[in-house]
Amino acid sequence: MTNSIIHIFLALVMPPLLLGVIGKTKAAFAGRVGAPFLQPYYDIIRLLQKGTVFSTTTSWVFRAGPIVALATAAVAALLVPFGAHPSPISFDGDMILYAYLFALGRFFTMAAALDTGSSFEGMGSAREATYSCLAEPTLFFALITLSRLSGSYSLTGMLSNVSGGAWLYAGASLLLLIGGMFIVLLAENCRIPFDDPNTHLELTMIHEVMVLDHSGPAFGIIQYAASLKLFVLGAFFIQLALPFATGNPIPDWGIFIVSMLLLAVLIGIVESVMARLRLVRVPQLLVAATILAAFSTLLVIR
Amino acid sequence: MYSVLQGACDPALVALCAALVIGSAGIPGLFLQNKPGSGQIFSAIATILAAFAGVPASLLLLFSRTTTTYVLEWGLPFGPCELVIDPLSAFFLIPVFLVSAAGSLFAVGYWPAAVHRTTEPWLTFFYGLLASSMAILLVARNGVFFIMVWEVMALSAYFLLVTEHDREDVRRAGIVYLIATHAGTAALVVYFSLLAAATGSFLIPAAGSLSALAPHTTLIALAAFIGFGAKAGIMPLHLWLPSAHANAPSHVSALMSGVMLKMGLYGIFRTLTCFHDPPLVWGIILTLSGLTSALLGITFAVAQRDLKRLLACSSIENIGIITTGLGVALMGMSSNLPVLMYLGMAGALIHILNHSFFKPLLFLGSGAIIHAVGTREMNQMGGLGKGMPRVALLVLIGSVAICGIPPLNGFVGEFLLYLSFFLQFKADTLVYLVFLAPVLALVGGLAVIAFTKLYSSVFLGTPRSPGAAHPHEAGWTMLVPMAFFGALCLLIGVVPQLVLRLVTPAVASFFPQLSLDTIPAEYGALLGKLSLAAVLLLTVAAVVALLWRWRLGKAPVSSTSTWGCGYLRGTARMQYGGSSFSELAVSVFDGIMRQRVERPTLSGLFPGESSCSDQPTETLLERVVAPLFSLAGLSFAFLRRLQHGQMHVYMVYIFATLFILMLWAH
Repeated sequence: MTNSIIHIFLALVMPPLLLGVIGKTKAAFAGRVGAPFLQPYYDIIRLLQKGTVFSTTTSWVFRAGPIVALATAAVAALLVPFGAHPSPISFDGDMILYAYLFALGRFFTMAAALDTGSSFEGMGSAREATYSCLAEPTLFFALITLSRLSGSYSLTGMLSNVSGGAWLYAGASLLLLIGGMFIVLLAENCRIPFDDPNTHLELTMIHEVMVLDHSGPAFGIIQYAASLKLFVLGAFFIQLALPFATGNPIPDWGIFIVSMLLLAVLIGIVESVMARLRLVRVPQLLVAATILAAFSTLLVIR
Repeated sequence: MYSVLQGACDPALVALCAALVIGSAGIPGLFLQNKPGSGQIFSAIATILAAFAGVPASLLLLFSRTTTTYVLEWGLPFGPCELVIDPLSAFFLIPVFLVSAAGSLFAVGYWPAAVHRTTEPWLTFFYGLLASSMAILLVARNGVFFIMVWEVMALSAYFLLVTEHDREDVRRAGIVYLIATHAGTAALVVYFSLLAAATGSFLIPAAGSLSALAPHTTLIALAAFIGFGAKAGIMPLHLWLPSAHANAPSHVSALMSGVMLKMGLYGIFRTLTCFHDPPLVWGIILTLSGLTSALLGITFAVAQRDLKRLLACSSIENIGIITTGLGVALMGMSSNLPVLMYLGMAGALIHILNHSFFKPLLFLGSGAIIHAVGTREMNQMGGLGKGMPRVALLVLIGSVAICGIPPLNGFVGEFLLYLSFFLQFKADTLVYLVFLAPVLALVGGLAVIAFTKLYSSVFLGTPRSPGAAHPHEAGWTMLVPMAFFGALCLLIGVVPQLVLRLVTPAVASFFPQLSLDTIPAEYGALLGKLSLAAVLLLTVAAVVALLWRWRLGKAPVSSTSTWGCGYLRGTARMQYGGSSFSELAVSVFDGIMRQRVERPTLSGLFPGESSCSDQPTETLLERVVAPLFSLAGLSFAFLRRLQHGQMHVYMVYIFATLFILMLWAH
């Protein structure tokens, strides 16, 4: 029970901090001081207090977009285990629900973007649709490999069984999986090298361009939902890459929090040293990620 | 309640009578031509009343797991004409009644007799005949009777399809359909003859009574696969499907796609029940052909510009998913794995039910859209959500459901299929089944592209043509059937354990040797957890929505035009249309889907007007099958002398053929 409360508390409070850490890392690479760690929180609170401007072409679908995006990310956050602790909701096959919840959020985000009738937002949603479709098989190959290694059909069972022991007998497979999943993590959250969350050159963006017309509280919800999605997919990734556990609940929460912050630093480093890919290269990289994950599956099946 | 109903009347008889009422509902309209509309309204009322009797009767038959047999005295030399309703038939009867009733009500608003005076009576008549023949087909157990009913079904569908026969593309679609369906019937004649030769009777053998090891079994299975697969639209037997569904009136498309395709699947299901030891390779073939249909079908759907063609291609996808489930169940049967059998079959049956709810919803929605705009071209639409908000909401429900996204019903069947792939993984037999999961995930991702394209290019943004500028909301006769299907989609999505109880008797009739005591309870409980997750999702969404409303009320709200990045003269033509939305996906999957692309060539400093277009093509039909048919037409041109349009000479041909066959037989 206590663990569930901590789980929900972390899922509610911690996500924007990751964005703050990423920003700070990038600032350090650029030789700047950078915005404070808590800047994303200030941004979201300020947005929630602002007025809203609606485009005259939009309908209720535009208003539903941010709401569904946040709701799906929040439910997904309850399915994925944080660190060594089991998730509050867990049942056989919950990994399929986990994957399809993001599809629901995406459906409404894309529909909201297309509701504005802007060609820029149309470009963004066309890209989002194609890239996320290509990223989908990678996640399933990862789930298959994990299911094989753990003999379990729920996210908690799959992820809590990846421990130091699994690295000993399936290290090569896990290494390939981490490569594939890191690419998917960056693509799904629209980070460099797939998308640049900071540009305002609408022609090249994906996620940011889909939300151009949102404002005020709705935009605050979108920012928060995006950070929560990063947090949820990051928690999945962290459990693969840094499966450390002490067996004692309180240090385990500490390990989880530190691992997530390390992940944010890693993303910040990637964003600092890499440039955004040309759009035609993006599908190739996503297919490469799928192949990596498929290799990992082959290695564990043999 | 149950026993009272049971005592009052035999549910099997009620179901049969309901089918006959639906079949004759259109007849009065043929004679009431001086009062347009009265026949149509009579037919709608009769069909709905029949469905009110037929659906509970089918449910009773399903849950009581009884098999009722009637023998029709027909005096033909093909043995007794048995009519049997078992749980499998009862299960398939449910969508027949529901979709035909909803469609007949929809027709009152969509194809009003006042506007279509000449076509309406025949449309109503054949619509009832099609629905009724499908219901009778499900209980027919004599092979010869089955083929007769099958032909009534196929031909009434043809007459419905060519309702607007003054249009060239409709006639062409009709011809393609007619050839395809008769090629299928020819295979079925072979199938029933071989079956009769093997068993010595024209009756379809009882469940589990045949062995697949007997000689000619492969041939029997192949004939059944071709005959029934052509009707279901399994690739590569799908060629007739897109144009037929696109060109029929929308409520007919709903019935054809929602129910008639399932008759092909029913045939495959029924054939497979006859064998107690299907070889593993049958399951593998069905699984692979199903998955190919799913992947290619949805890839074609992504490229379509025609609203109804997109829906038709997605039917191929859904039939593919169902066939995959059936194949997996069959592999479980060959390898003696009860859980795999149960999950594959339950997934397939649930998806059959789901598809017969959301696909009619979407086809009826397309009817309402076409009624309002006057075109099927999605690139000409846009912004319809403001003029017809109710249709927009219902089509949104259908679109989310068909993508297999929670919390709607499409997710439930796919969830069970995914589980069946994963569960086998631990068992160390049929391990490679798990590689189907990423493919199904890819299919799901493509479905999201196809249906965001459909929904957004029709309802969102601003109107792209004058025709779309002033749409009118559909009338209640059109909205009520759609709302009914929408409510069913939501209900099954939120309480999926109910639908699992519905399919369990049908699964049991499929595998009589399987004791289904613990497995359904286990997965019922699992779906119960899924149901809680769906409720949680809806609750969280409601909480977030309330939060947003609260913050919205605290600060000023204003409205202005869409941010155009500084450009102030944006027009509706500059929006991303349907074709531009899918262009990136099409370019990635180039090679599977082909488009005829025409790009303008610009020259000089001030180029004049030019046009550009992306038209999806049907490579197999246009490049392979059509040339083959032309070649056959040329090489058999000398036979045309026999074909001169004089009816009495044709009858002489038939008599002579029969006579020669009789002489040969004796």
